[in-house]
Amino acid sequence: MSEMCNDLLNTVDRICDEHCSKPVRESAEAGAWPAALWQALEEVGLTRAALPEAAGGSGLAFEDAMLALRRSAYHAAPVPLAETMLAGRLLAAAGMSVPQGALTVAPVRRGDVLRFVQGASGTTLSGSAHRVPWGNLCAHAVVAGELEGKGVLGLVSTARAVRGVEKNLAGEPRALLEFDAAPLLASAALHDAPARLEAEGALYRSEQMAGALERTLEYSLQYANERVQFGRPIAKFQAVQHMLALLAGQVAAASAAADAAAEASGLAPDAFAVAVAKSRAGEAAGKGAEIAHQVHGAMGYTREHNLHYNTRRLWSWRDEFGNETYWQSRLGRIVAAQGADALWPTLSRL
Amino acid sequence: MHAFRFDPVRMPASAQALRSEVRAFIAAEVANGAFTPSCNSWSSFDADFSRKCGARGYIGMRWPKQYGGHERSALERHVVTEEMLAGGAPVGAHWIADRQSGQQILRYGSERAKHTILPKIASGECYFSIGMSEPDSGSDLAAVRTRANKTEGGWNISGTKVWTSAAHRTNYLIALVRTAPKEDDRHAGMTQFIVDLSHSGVSVRPIYNLYGGHDFNEVVFDGFFAADDMVMGDVGTGWKLVTSELAFERSGPDRFLSTYQLLVESIRAIGADPDARSANEIGRFVAHLATLRRMSTSVAGMLERGAQPMVEAALVKDMGTAFEREIPETFRHLIATEPALGDGASYAELLGMTMLRAPGFTLRGGTREILRGVIARGLGLR
Repeated sequence: MSEMCNDLLNTVDRICDEHCSKPVRESAEAGAWPAALWQALEEVGLTRAALPEAAGGSGLAFEDAMLALRRSAYHAAPVPLAETMLAGRLLAAAGMSVPQGALTVAPVRRGDVLRFVQGASGTTLSGSAHRVPWGNLCAHAVVAGELEGKGVLGLVSTARAVRGVEKNLAGEPRALLEFDAAPLLASAALHDAPARLEAEGALYRSEQMAGALERTLEYSLQYANERVQFGRPIAKFQAVQHMLALLAGQVAAASAAADAAAEASGLAPDAFAVAVAKSRAGEAAGKGAEIAHQVHGAMGYTREHNLHYNTRRLWSWRDEFGNETYWQSRLGRIVAAQGADALWPTLSRL
Repeated sequence: MHAFRFDPVRMPASAQALRSEVRAFIAAEVANGAFTPSCNSWSSFDADFSRKCGARGYIGMRWPKQYGGHERSALERHVVTEEMLAGGAPVGAHWIADRQSGQQILRYGSERAKHTILPKIASGECYFSIGMSEPDSGSDLAAVRTRANKTEGGWNISGTKVWTSAAHRTNYLIALVRTAPKEDDRHAGMTQFIVDLSHSGVSVRPIYNLYGGHDFNEVVFDGFFAADDMVMGDVGTGWKLVTSELAFERSGPDRFLSTYQLLVESIRAIGADPDARSANEIGRFVAHLATLRRMSTSVAGMLERGAQPMVEAALVKDMGTAFEREIPETFRHLIATEPALGDGASYAELLGMTMLRAPGFTLRGGTREILRGVIARGLGLR
């Protein structure tokens, strides 16, 4: 980790301590836009941290930008930081300029296809995109599809496209967007744009899960050391110690897998490393959250304790941009198709 | 922040060339018929192969040249070990000496021990066993009762060590021995000695394991004389030494690659077009393996910097050995076969051989319960 990155992580901590309080999280879940939090993150350049310098980024290494994203998830910051970073990096990869403000991406639900049509007055977009993260609160969406059999990326206004808003388990908005020959504000070719969007999304969610897991471990250690039963802190019971050791293993594995994927994805997502990360972090999310709640007892089952801000995110994020089964199967098919003897050379390349 | 960290590692430029070199060496040996790749290959015993490894500079890689070493980095050594294990190479004869005993002698041994023993280890001609467990002291290592009494020019050792892998074929072991009566601090009063198994006063009795193999032994000391220069470090510091020895023992790729050959053969048996469940399970194991590799390499990077990553090593071993044990348990559902006795020539034999060895994976080098205790201590729970 560079010194610059260390400073940035401290900055994320400071901003979240100030602007990501419980009332801010609660009002965000009720549908309000956390303007002060977003503005603070924007002011320090975090929303553009994953961009190459030439595209208006801060010159931070991509894996360092991912660590900053991870830290925001540690704080359960209720903002579309991952989506904005992701959308910006796709735009930059296609050589398009990155607009100001919060951005989202579409389509994200498997099976949703947005149709790009080249007309006399420019390219238009049609079709439905379900559960677009923060789609109702971001002015622009970066959309991926195909045009004449080639990958294409577009920038579109969400202003008249929102048809409904659902929430994920963490109360983050997931919007239904419908486009009917909506004019694209800009578009450009991008190789395999929909697959790239999916892989990039899986990587960012892996980072966020790693961050949320770190926090659940910290909460769990703290609670186990404070909660006294049978005359001693429950941390002194071997059964509890062993559960927490397993939680630590899940946290370590999710972080290591996400680290590896970020390192391999500096220019574009490395499909193999991302599949490893989303599979492993997704598995860690479920197992880790289960242990954290068991350690916290009834207290962690309440809305009063803060644990749920992280665990509800873990339960949501593991199913977004492809769940474990999806990515494990992809990995399994790649490995089987390459043949048994190719496995070690593939692994040792990472 | 947490009590553990797995920092990214940048591999030295030499690592890739070394990786290719080792891979080519293993392929040539397999082609020559020198060995058939096997599971758990670091518990094999093939002195010819060890001598070849020694001649190629793959043993004692980190040690100074004056002791027969090659002054290479922990990361280069890591590359060689994982290539050997992934290739199922019979590295067992020199494994313990290279992984931990030589390292201990280098750090704590007398000048004579370093000069007489290390070059022979590095050339692949001298092998070690581990002298920790006793009949009444397994996980509770501080309960050892083997005693050494001071005598003219050295020590007389009496007592019994057990589960001593390969002691009927190795040259030495490092024994943890009580040199002072037990007191309130139960970790005080212990000392490590280098024991020459060819000397009188020590006898080795076989203990056959559950697949009928002779790997374990009981080693009985009856007034065995160890010279003063066979003492490791200062008398009474044995607990500290044994703890640092265990850090080397716990973090390496030998803690998650013991069943790698079975994973490879299972993928081969399933074929290029797996059904949904098989694809899923293969993918899950690959995701776990890639992650364990990353963590273990990170620990090698920390060892390189001189850190003592006790908690990280325990995490790798606990998760890695669970992974090793899960491979036979999962693939038996996907490839309809009955596990068979044998040397691993067929898939059924490989499966059977792995299943009969698997219980040891989560015992050797510290049980999973002990490891979770180490992790819990690192997390501030004890």
